[in-house]
Amino acid sequence: MPSNRPITPSTLSVRDLPWQIVWDKDKCTLCGQCTAICPVHALELGVFRKRTVALPLGIIGAPPENHTQLFYGIRQKTDPAFACVGCAMCTMVCPNGAISPHRSDDMDKLVFHRDRGGLPRSRGGRRNTPGTVLDQIKFIRISMLTDPALDAGRHEFEIRTLLGRVLPPEDNLKFIRQNGWIPPVREIYPLMIGGMSFGALSPNMWEGLQMGVVYLNEELGMPVRISTGEGGCPPRLLRSRFLKYVILQIASGYFGWDEIIHAIPDMKEDPCAIEIKYGQGAKPGDGGLLMWYKVNRLIAAIRGVPAGVSLPSPPTHQTQYSIEESVAKMIQSMSMAWGFRVPVYPKISGTSTAMAVLNNLTRNPYAGGLGIDGEDGGTGAAYNISMNHMGHPIASNIRDAYLGLVTAGMENEIPLIAGGGIGKSGNLAANAAALIMLGASGIQVGKYIMQATAGCVGAESDRCNICNIGQCPKGITSQDPRLYRRLDPELVAQRLVDVFLSFDMELRKIIAPLGRSTSLPIGMSDALGVSDYHIAERLKINYVV
Amino acid sequence: MCRLFAITSEEPLSPMVAFKALDVMREGHDGSGVGLFLRDLGGPFEEMKDAPILSGIFTENGLKRLDTFMMNLGFMTKYKLPIKVSRTPPAGIPKRDIYLVRAYEYPEEWDGLSQQELYSRLVSVRLQLRKMGEAEHDMMVFSFWPDVIMIKEIGEPLKVAQHLKLDRKDLKARVIMAQGRQNTNYAINLYACHPFFLEGFSTMTNGENTAFIPIKDYLQSRGVPGYTGYQSDSEVFTHILHYSQMRLGLGIEAYKHIITPLQDKEIAVHPNAALLQSLKQSCRRLIIDGPNCVIGSLPDHSLFMVQDRKKLRPGVVGGRPGKYAFSSEICGLDAAIPDRDKSLDFQPMHTDTAIVGPNRQEVTTCRQTAPLPLPR
Repeated sequence: MPSNRPITPSTLSVRDLPWQIVWDKDKCTLCGQCTAICPVHALELGVFRKRTVALPLGIIGAPPENHTQLFYGIRQKTDPAFACVGCAMCTMVCPNGAISPHRSDDMDKLVFHRDRGGLPRSRGGRRNTPGTVLDQIKFIRISMLTDPALDAGRHEFEIRTLLGRVLPPEDNLKFIRQNGWIPPVREIYPLMIGGMSFGALSPNMWEGLQMGVVYLNEELGMPVRISTGEGGCPPRLLRSRFLKYVILQIASGYFGWDEIIHAIPDMKEDPCAIEIKYGQGAKPGDGGLLMWYKVNRLIAAIRGVPAGVSLPSPPTHQTQYSIEESVAKMIQSMSMAWGFRVPVYPKISGTSTAMAVLNNLTRNPYAGGLGIDGEDGGTGAAYNISMNHMGHPIASNIRDAYLGLVTAGMENEIPLIAGGGIGKSGNLAANAAALIMLGASGIQVGKYIMQATAGCVGAESDRCNICNIGQCPKGITSQDPRLYRRLDPELVAQRLVDVFLSFDMELRKIIAPLGRSTSLPIGMSDALGVSDYHIAERLKINYVV
Repeated sequence: MCRLFAITSEEPLSPMVAFKALDVMREGHDGSGVGLFLRDLGGPFEEMKDAPILSGIFTENGLKRLDTFMMNLGFMTKYKLPIKVSRTPPAGIPKRDIYLVRAYEYPEEWDGLSQQELYSRLVSVRLQLRKMGEAEHDMMVFSFWPDVIMIKEIGEPLKVAQHLKLDRKDLKARVIMAQGRQNTNYAINLYACHPFFLEGFSTMTNGENTAFIPIKDYLQSRGVPGYTGYQSDSEVFTHILHYSQMRLGLGIEAYKHIITPLQDKEIAVHPNAALLQSLKQSCRRLIIDGPNCVIGSLPDHSLFMVQDRKKLRPGVVGGRPGKYAFSSEICGLDAAIPDRDKSLDFQPMHTDTAIVGPNRQEVTTCRQTAPLPLPR
């Protein structure tokens, strides 16, 4: 580049980008696979010219000679629109290991130039801050001598939780005697797969997860449930016996619900539950978002919309103006649609107003639980600002909600379902167990499932995170058959089974030494300790150093 | 380890039978304390079955405050068991001013109250006294109930009995429960000493209750005034028993279905499947998860024993018609009722409830897999 080349404000050097591609000319075979696979077209053919000056040896008066060589390779684009996302697919496909992206050791300057056209950055993934408070919590009540510790491998365990409104024992017995209405309650596995829509996920990913869930239920006897997210449900699944493993989500865009309502007469089984999404931890106060790249004919048909348009759900349910109305009307209409046989519960994003919502639910006999999705939740598409800066951490939100229920004497009646960044650092069972002992009845995970079952490379170091544009290099969040055929649904299912089995063993390894096996240790806060005094005070758990 | 002993007999017995049984089991407990529960009393208390008896430990000042308080309420002393102790207690037993066992006449204005109201007032008086005592550390009140005496103290059980001179003619009972070893999981506190008593129900436990905190949280929010204290993780067993019978109207056969419900696959084939599933769900916060043997006494003078779901604690019941004992170890049973048919000794397993009813003629067992008598 000439030194007097004109520059624009957004002219960056490779050094200014968050990811820099290191390429080894000597190893490169010029096969071109890296440029072909790069989801963001960050690589282009590089034609390099190299001049060498040859000085004649020993011949006086002979002039030096110029030799010009050409060689070929790759060049990293510096246009912000094509900045490398660090997914390292180039490394994966390179036959010679000649190329890999490296994270810059300097603060990137791209951050200042990602708003081309006045549109702030949107992306997929999670809040870009690694680690959570949950990672710091340890389980300190180990049964020693005063009572024999249980054996995670040999004793009988019943790791189950309840989803749905549980009546107080007095009422329950009374209603049995009087043949009254007893709200539907599902006994399910406490780790649930959180809402990732058909549309956000590729058909292969969805199929793989559904197959895995069915295998867990029918072959292994683990009642694992999966939420559809807001995108409807494929018609064949709606009419299959596998619907009982599925939690149908309805959100503010009501996508897919025309199809669902019309399928009710044909349903062989009731769904596990209905989740009414009012908020999402990844983007509190914002609605769902499926960007136009991913709205192909199939997705459009299932959602009942035209193809090729972005599908932003409104931040709120437009038909309702108040919490009373949301809770009373929506829960009741949903309950009525299935003859009051299906639990219905709202899911909100973590917020300082969660207690108001909860208090309202305690007075509604049809509310089957409350899902709270913390700030660390993941998503297929959201504005970066919502993801990184909006939301409430899950730990104190769940704790406050649980203690609120304890004060009201309703801790067994309304299950709390916690979500948002659980297993963010890989500690899925430890994070889940901590939340259960803080008061959650169940745990929802999404991102961890993508990472563990399909090899999602996204990370809190702002790696990849391009779920929104349908270019997922692993085929997880893409609607392009050329991409999603990379993902074998059978293998996703198999990985899902691995994940749940290993989670189950890890959870036993946590709760058995605490002396618990026959009921989930919900609210067993005496088992928790943390070495940060303020966290301990806030969560009302033990301060240990 | 704790060691438990309970006996029910047609003839009133001296509590020494229980202390001796605890003593032969002393290898199994550390002798750091003892709790004693007597009911269906003989001796002078035989004649005053309806009079509430206050049991506790008082300082001189505490006794004065007690008298003022009770007189203001209109209670009159009807009878008191004089317990005189030597000025210097043996090593390991703290010095106390007064061990009180005193029967009262009800206040006149309580005449005509329903039994339910009467009982709830008795609980309220006991709780007020306990609160007063905790404020000034001058009184500890273990029970205030008709036909029930409770004595608790720190120290080697047999030494405590000798120090309090409990081997006496005027202290006899047909139902006796005793526990050796002070609770060591939480601070040494006599309120943490088994057996525990609430409104006619009493239990004592061997083993730690690992689900204590969630169970305690749940009980405390039931709105029952007596569900308080919880110096010991074992106190919840008494309150769950009370809750299941008084609030839910269930019989003793259902107790185990609440604290250690069957697994789903067993419930599915149970004749009362729907009821048990509902009970398991709605009483989920009352599921105990620890290794526990619970021995308890019911208002109708039945004694019972249940084990935890994994049957990790020892416990045996045996005897002959007219006299049956529940013991942590067989040697305790041998000490109390040597002349029994040992081949009929029964060790309840993980789904059993062993009951000796008020007539004391046999040990009945009910298994959780058997049909459940329907709620009253």
